[in-house]
Amino acid sequence: MPYTEELKNLIKAVEKTRPQRLARKKQGEEFPRMSLDEVEAILKKYHPDYKEEGRRELKVGPSKGYQIAQEFADLLEAWSRINPDKIDLSRVDIETDVLIIGGGGAGTAAALLAEQNGARVIVATKLRHGDANTMMAEGGIQAATKIEKDSACLHYLDTLGGGHFKNEPELVHTLVTQAPEILRWLEGLGVMFDKFPDGRLHTLLGGGTSRKRMHSCGDITGIEIMRDIRDEARNRENITVLEFAPAIELVLNEHGHCAGAILYNLETEEYSVVKARATILATGGCGRLHIQGFMTTNHYGATADGIVLGYRAGLKLKLLHTVQYHPTGVVYPEQLEGILVTEKFRGAGANLVNIGGEQFVNEREPRDVESAAIIRECLERGKGVPTPTEKLGVWLDSPMIDTLMGEGAVEREFPGKFIVYQRFGIDISKEPMLIYPTLHYQNGGLEYNARGETSVPGLFIAGEVSGGVHGENRLIGNSLLDVLVFGRVAGESAADYAKDKARDGGLSLQHVEDYHRELEKSGIVTDRVTPILLPDYANPEVRERQLTARHAEK
Amino acid sequence: MADRERKVTDKEKTAGTGKVKLIPVYVMGKRYLVPETLTIMKALEYAGYRFIRGCGCRGGICGACATVYRKPGDYHIRVGLACQTVVEPDMYLTQIPFYPANRASYDFAQLSDSPEEIFKLYPEVFRCIACNSCTKACPMDVQVMDVISAVKQGNIERAATLSFSCIQCGLCVSRCMGELPQYHIMQLARRIYGSRIAPRAEHLNEAVEAAKGEKCQQALEKLMKSDIKQLREIYQSREIEPEMAGEDWTPAKRDDL
Ligand SMILES: Cc1cc2nc3c(=O)[nH]c(=O)nc-3n(C[C@H](O)[C@H](O)[C@H](O)COP(=O)(O)OP(=O)(O)OC[C@H]3O[C@@H](n4cnc5c(N)ncnc54)[C@H](O)[C@@H]3O)c2cc1C
Ligand code: FES
Repeated sequence: MPYTEELKNLIKAVEKTRPQRLARKKQGEEFPRMSLDEVEAILKKYHPDYKEEGRRELKVGPSKGYQIAQEFADLLEAWSRINPDKIDLSRVDIETDVLIIGGGGAGTAAALLAEQNGARVIVATKLRHGDANTMMAEGGIQAATKIEKDSACLHYLDTLGGGHFKNEPELVHTLVTQAPEILRWLEGLGVMFDKFPDGRLHTLLGGGTSRKRMHSCGDITGIEIMRDIRDEARNRENITVLEFAPAIELVLNEHGHCAGAILYNLETEEYSVVKARATILATGGCGRLHIQGFMTTNHYGATADGIVLGYRAGLKLKLLHTVQYHPTGVVYPEQLEGILVTEKFRGAGANLVNIGGEQFVNEREPRDVESAAIIRECLERGKGVPTPTEKLGVWLDSPMIDTLMGEGAVEREFPGKFIVYQRFGIDISKEPMLIYPTLHYQNGGLEYNARGETSVPGLFIAGEVSGGVHGENRLIGNSLLDVLVFGRVAGESAADYAKDKARDGGLSLQHVEDYHRELEKSGIVTDRVTPILLPDYANPEVRERQLTARHAEK
Repeated sequence: MADRERKVTDKEKTAGTGKVKLIPVYVMGKRYLVPETLTIMKALEYAGYRFIRGCGCRGGICGACATVYRKPGDYHIRVGLACQTVVEPDMYLTQIPFYPANRASYDFAQLSDSPEEIFKLYPEVFRCIACNSCTKACPMDVQVMDVISAVKQGNIERAATLSFSCIQCGLCVSRCMGELPQYHIMQLARRIYGSRIAPRAEHLNEAVEAAKGEKCQQALEKLMKSDIKQLREIYQSREIEPEMAGEDWTPAKRDDL
């Protein structure tokens, strides 16, 4: 919908201050940055991660006592979708060397490498192959590819600084040293990177990085990478992809090793047993949990299933107390709610301003600080802009970009966003965008090591489901890199394990039974059943009338 | 059910959430009242549908939610993405979350940069009758027919660049008179272009070596052994490449590297 008359009136305040803001910008005058003390204070007070009511201590499982978001705790303090007694584990439906759970970037990279290393591979994924956060990445992928000015060491430092120095050094070491190889691999697979005429790669600066190290494919880097590795996987005879077949529980064996998973056919509602010599969990992130009611940039299937599966099988959580809110998500028009507005807009000169048209934060603060400042502006200072959908936001003054970089710059630099807004009658080269922080990325996850191994033999993990490499805050462009580096690592390790290390043994869901018992003992009373697999967006009035009695699933 | 729907239309009641007008849409012929501001995707959910197929990114880039619809008094068949198209009164719609399209299998490493490769794998490309239905059906404004013409003329570069924003939703395939699997053909063209025709980033070879090299490994090891205090200091004193710096910029501090 085009902006309403009320909003159009409010935009006048932005237009009024724009000339002065532009003049300041041209003189290189910046809004003052926060000191480290101010940063600490604002995060504590306004960042959703720090909100006491937002968290609670886990009462069960290997990370009992750990404080994480209520929404995560709800997932973990819940029953399995199945009654383990009812699953006949002697009837194995599929047998394979390597089972990969999740067909996004990490899962697909893992499949390619596992196959290359001689394994027969099954990829079980919840939606279509490639319906994943990987597909949505816009900005790009980090790697130190220009040795005259950059190095893996600098990349290492930047990554640690961004992560508040909480990252696992070994993991970061693997991430940054394999980065250039990943780019070379992708180029060989046909990925069309942005290049100079001589083939040299374009690189851009990202928030928190000391060098221009971000490589892109237009503003659809994720699509370009995902569709190429998917195409390659489709060519490989020993990779079979099962779509609409989410895993809902891992299967262990009598030795306590991982031995496959229970899959659920979303369409026929059947459960089946996959036996695998090695299993890789690559289920991605959690945006669709809408932590603390936040909107999200994530795809439909980002419901943190892998965390549930891994946790029930005995993996510890790592750094899951932080999630990343991207400061600039669309808050209006409603149709685009939650969708990412890349930080390149701020990089290109757009200010963030409040209802009075005043700046209130430097546009280059790290993501968490920027988000906290926007929340403060809206909730404490009362200077948010009310939307017709009864929410609050602030303006991202995109028209400044046309003045700074020349007429037509917004359309040229941001063709994707320009068209999307245009569909709703908003010309973002003339009218500012209404934005608010949006749930974007799961910084932490399950614990693993630099070979992709976990504490359960035979179980490997890769990608957004894992925790450690990004510390408490992921840097832009490091996640695509993460999923490809560790996807490949996990694929190789799993194939290797399947070859001669896996120990055969009777299949078991004892860990699920034990988990149920622990739940009962802890006094938790709930009818929650997880993983949830898909979010439920039915209108509440309709939901009230959806009265089918559910067959008892627990 | 039907009763409830009727009552509401008569009065044009406002929905519970905001002051929004409800309008009728026909999902596979069945009438539902939905807020007029919603996209087709959200309208279906509002009506009580829970997607399994036909929903992916919810942001217009994954191609899961192809939709066809018609409007009253208008003979055109319209197409769009359910997550990007706002409902209109009385639209008749259905989703096509899957449309069969044959994909050739190939050993990519063995392919050359010749257009013959595409002709061999997809001989049906010459069945294109240039009707342009594909282009009209594309929700991403890809000039699909021009891409296919470029392929036929052996211009892989043009086919690759013109098809870059393809999200593989399959709407072109569903409308094609010549029965081509356009998006698979374009995928192959792009991969050949990206790896065989576009100039290669030769500097990657040096970068790969440097990252594995002894100098880098030693420096990294030192960093990994540093305590937080030291790390913070090194971090804070590192030189930052200026945003406006040109491609030939080199750092003043060489020991950072
Ligand atoms: C809008 C957006 C923009 C981004 N931009 C960038 C960027 O510019 N640069 C960058 O580096 N990063 C970016 N990121 C982050 C990055 O894209 C993701 O973190 C990363 O791609 C995650 O990859 P993954 O393979 O771990 O997970 P995904 O790509 O999400 O794949 C997980 C897969 O597992 C499937 N799955 C889930 N549960 C189950 C189950 N129970 N059983 C079977 N399958 C299951 C999912 O359906 C999905 O296919 C962005 C993310 C978003 C959302
Ligand atoms: S859901 Fe991905 S394009 Fe609509």
